[in-house]
Amino acid sequence: MSAIQEVVTEAPTVEAVPKRAMTLGAGSSLVMLALLILVPLFVKNFIIFQLTMLLIYGLAVLALNILTGGSGQFSLGQSAFYGVGAYTSAILMEHVGMNYALTLPIAGVICFAFGFLFGQPALRLSGVYLALATFALATAMPQLLKLGYFEPWTGGVQGLVVTKPDAPFGLPMSQDMWLYYFTLAVTIAIYIFSVNLLKSRSGRAFMAIRDNEIAASAMGVDVALYKTLAFGVSAGITGVAGGLGAIAVQFVAPDSYTITLAISLFLGMVVGGVGWLPGSIVGSAFIIFVPNIAEGISKGLSGAVFGVLLFLVIFLVPHGARQVAIVAQQMLGKLKKG
Amino acid sequence: MLSRQELRIAAFSTAVILLSATSGAALAQKKYDTGATDTEIKIGNIMPYSGPASAYGVIGKTEEAYFKKINAEGGVNGRKIDFVTYDDGYSPPKAVEQARKLVESDEVLVVFNPLGTPSNSAIQKYLNSKKVPQLFVATGATKWNDPKSFPWTMGWQPSYQSEGRIYAKFLLKEKPDAKIAVLFQNDDFGKDYLKGLKDGLGAKASMIVAEESYETTEPTIDNHIVKLKATGADTFMSVTTPKFAAQAIKKLAEIEWKPLHIVVNVSASVGSVLKPAGFENSQGILSAAYAKDGADSQWDNDPGMKKFYAFLEKYYPEGNKLDGSVVYGYGAAQTLVKVLQMCGDDLTRANVMKQAASLKDFTPDTLLPGVKINTSDTDFAPIEQLQMMRFKGEKWDLFGDTISGELNN
Amino acid sequence: MELFTNQILAGIATGAIYACMALAVVMIYQAIDHLNFAQGEMAMFSTFISWQLMQWGIPYWGAFVLTLAISFAGGIAIERLLFKPLAKAPILTNVAGFIALFAIINSVAGLIWDFTIKQYPTPFGSHPFLGSQLISTHQAGMIGVTILLLIGLFFFFQFTRIGLAMRAAASLPESARLVGINTSWMIALGWGMAAAIGSIAGMLIAPVVFLEPNMMGGVLIYGFAAAVLGGLTSPFGAVIGGFLVGIFENLAGTYIPGVGNELKLPIALALIITVLVVKPAGLFGRPIVKRV
Repeated sequence: MSAIQEVVTEAPTVEAVPKRAMTLGAGSSLVMLALLILVPLFVKNFIIFQLTMLLIYGLAVLALNILTGGSGQFSLGQSAFYGVGAYTSAILMEHVGMNYALTLPIAGVICFAFGFLFGQPALRLSGVYLALATFALATAMPQLLKLGYFEPWTGGVQGLVVTKPDAPFGLPMSQDMWLYYFTLAVTIAIYIFSVNLLKSRSGRAFMAIRDNEIAASAMGVDVALYKTLAFGVSAGITGVAGGLGAIAVQFVAPDSYTITLAISLFLGMVVGGVGWLPGSIVGSAFIIFVPNIAEGISKGLSGAVFGVLLFLVIFLVPHGARQVAIVAQQMLGKLKKG
Repeated sequence: MLSRQELRIAAFSTAVILLSATSGAALAQKKYDTGATDTEIKIGNIMPYSGPASAYGVIGKTEEAYFKKINAEGGVNGRKIDFVTYDDGYSPPKAVEQARKLVESDEVLVVFNPLGTPSNSAIQKYLNSKKVPQLFVATGATKWNDPKSFPWTMGWQPSYQSEGRIYAKFLLKEKPDAKIAVLFQNDDFGKDYLKGLKDGLGAKASMIVAEESYETTEPTIDNHIVKLKATGADTFMSVTTPKFAAQAIKKLAEIEWKPLHIVVNVSASVGSVLKPAGFENSQGILSAAYAKDGADSQWDNDPGMKKFYAFLEKYYPEGNKLDGSVVYGYGAAQTLVKVLQMCGDDLTRANVMKQAASLKDFTPDTLLPGVKINTSDTDFAPIEQLQMMRFKGEKWDLFGDTISGELNN
Repeated sequence: MELFTNQILAGIATGAIYACMALAVVMIYQAIDHLNFAQGEMAMFSTFISWQLMQWGIPYWGAFVLTLAISFAGGIAIERLLFKPLAKAPILTNVAGFIALFAIINSVAGLIWDFTIKQYPTPFGSHPFLGSQLISTHQAGMIGVTILLLIGLFFFFQFTRIGLAMRAAASLPESARLVGINTSWMIALGWGMAAAIGSIAGMLIAPVVFLEPNMMGGVLIYGFAAAVLGGLTSPFGAVIGGFLVGIFENLAGTYIPGVGNELKLPIALALIITVLVVKPAGLFGRPIVKRV
């Protein structure tokens, strides 16, 4: 407290992940894709519903991965963007009668703007301060959604019921299955977009900022622009996920978009491997299925079991699923040679 | 050509065969939907065992214990109850997931007593579209009594609005010049009560001089109380959940504000609210009840409560009889068992709803004398009566008659 | 005018709660340079332990001291067992660890002591303080203890060898090791102290908000906010931050028309973010100079 200044050689909050390692190899990608396309044909509607939620949360975790793993900005506020996207879709579908597919790009654009705007004051914050700011945003969102002023649109505390669409052109599939394939198509499109974004010049700018913001700025990277851009893109994708979520669950309410959701998405990112885009789906699987497993083990202690399982995961693989993939790759390499 | 003797025998035998065939067919008139068989009935349930509303998880545990008791005593019409209960953490999307799991994966007959307005709002459309009974929902929101739009959804406890109306009636009669300050939780629960109060006051809604809302994320509501005292109100209505109700009682005593204090039924539990808040601070508080309080010694010899206490001792010893939620779970479970019994061998979902809508003057062990469960095709609100009570010493003193919360009364 | 002063006083009273928690938050930040999300739950658990001790017949002050000791030991144990193995892992993984700890403690507390609220005694009594209807003797006592803690911490960090060693280990671990400081044990010590301070906060807060497993959830957010506002490196700032947050929240709720009441928390947090944008290290924190 006597020192006037504190001089810190700060380790970056987010560790560097080489660009090449941010995606899957071609072979594994194809296998994943095949699984995602074929499995729903053989399972019950309820499982298809769970798989749809898997993709949706996977999208949200992917968005967080771009923001944190890509540009190094720590966010605990994704639930706010998810909620805004969800409500946008719900309001457009129920009050304006818009087609569900059209609501998604609108949700995405609105959330992009929202995220971009939020990124502005967030520019001067980093690390724990940024975490707090995003945390504040996430806590504020349910209360904003409950505001009496917005009630005619949002339904206030009661929320809105959303109608699930039928398969178009009279295709012989259930609503659940149609929604799943629709979501899958959107997810794949966004995934490809994200991969390309990170490989592009903007992506390199993100990663430069993540690894060393001062050096990046000294090298001529427009730090302000790219940081807010990262926030915007991440928010936009989360908004699309939110819209899909609203359609899948058929209901939106302020209580659905609390800080708990933001924390879950954060955990999903860590478990999947920060900065490793394919890990998003692993992280998503963790946050959807492990609580169910924990409940199955002990209803009274489900939270504790979940915590213990989470600890196990981070002890064994502190770098998340990416670590598992790297190890698997090395073993495959040895097998090929040996 | 058969002889007369042979003809008679033939006729007689044919008659016997025909008779046994038809009566055999009549005996085999057991009808089942998914979830019911000759030996078991699967009942689904969703409760917040974790998360902000985890205090209500004991309701699910009580019901589980109650069904164990029923099974130990032979089941319902010879069938054992298989109670499948899941945690939704008070989150609507999770509630939807669990509801779908119950219906599509566990294949239950009915979803019984799911808790929480947001969760129930989320699953209402789904359950109705799947024609699965959403029976005796554990929330007091008024919208569960809508058989025309949602024929598969039925409430159980008196709705918050009807309770609000009862307080309004009481105030109009006993204290028509009251200046009312209301502290309410900023959600469905709080807003519903407020609406009931306003509707009940009707033209005299201006008796409410201050309305103050609070969020459950606030650690304490003390400063709201301070603000309300400054309005000069002489009547204070606490539309709060247990923790905040206790804080309010305590703060009122601390700042020495002594208005007429009304506490809503949800927070009238002696064990969970008044005792921690301090009996000396709770004298004279008013509320309304439809069930007996385990802390009230006047029911010690009541036959219904004796059965309840015996049940607790044998099947749920960790259950706290002072906790209103435990009493609640018992009453709701007993009502379900009654409906299932009334179904006999016709265990289709449609029949379950039909029987649930045909309850006449049914009195579970734990309801106050005078409060009866009645339902009909147009009345999906089983309990509608409450009795006012005043806290004196260490227990509630009931007074007046049971009042119905109907608007046109 | 009277309403204004009333709200300020009431804000100070609630602010005392936030200030208490903020001190524990700053303590852990001094040790590990990060915020521990499970801080509130650890404080809650300690308070339950003290409650249980009193149920078993131990008088208040005996239980208080015992709980302090148990919390201190517990904090060190948690750090050694759960977080030392994660020392080399990325920070975000550690944060996930805090969240896991939160879930475990909350769930276990709920199982052992269930979710109904429990009354918690105060050594200060609950009468109006100096005749004021707004601050009770307990709340005055809370403010007093917080200030005492603050002074104690100030002396600890400024004038004792261990305090200095801890500060060194947290801000420049490499250099600290070079001069012979066992940085690993400094971290453990920091955890222990933070747990102890947290337990004091819990035992002071419980009489006001009533003891139950979810009691610290809201308080922790405010504690963070207060600590950040005041400056994460300054215990003095944390306490001032706590009072400021309490006051501001009350004023916002009373004077901002319409939404003021419903948006108290978001408005308070927005204020803090604004302050941070202007003064990134908080009101009383030391400005941080980052090197490439």
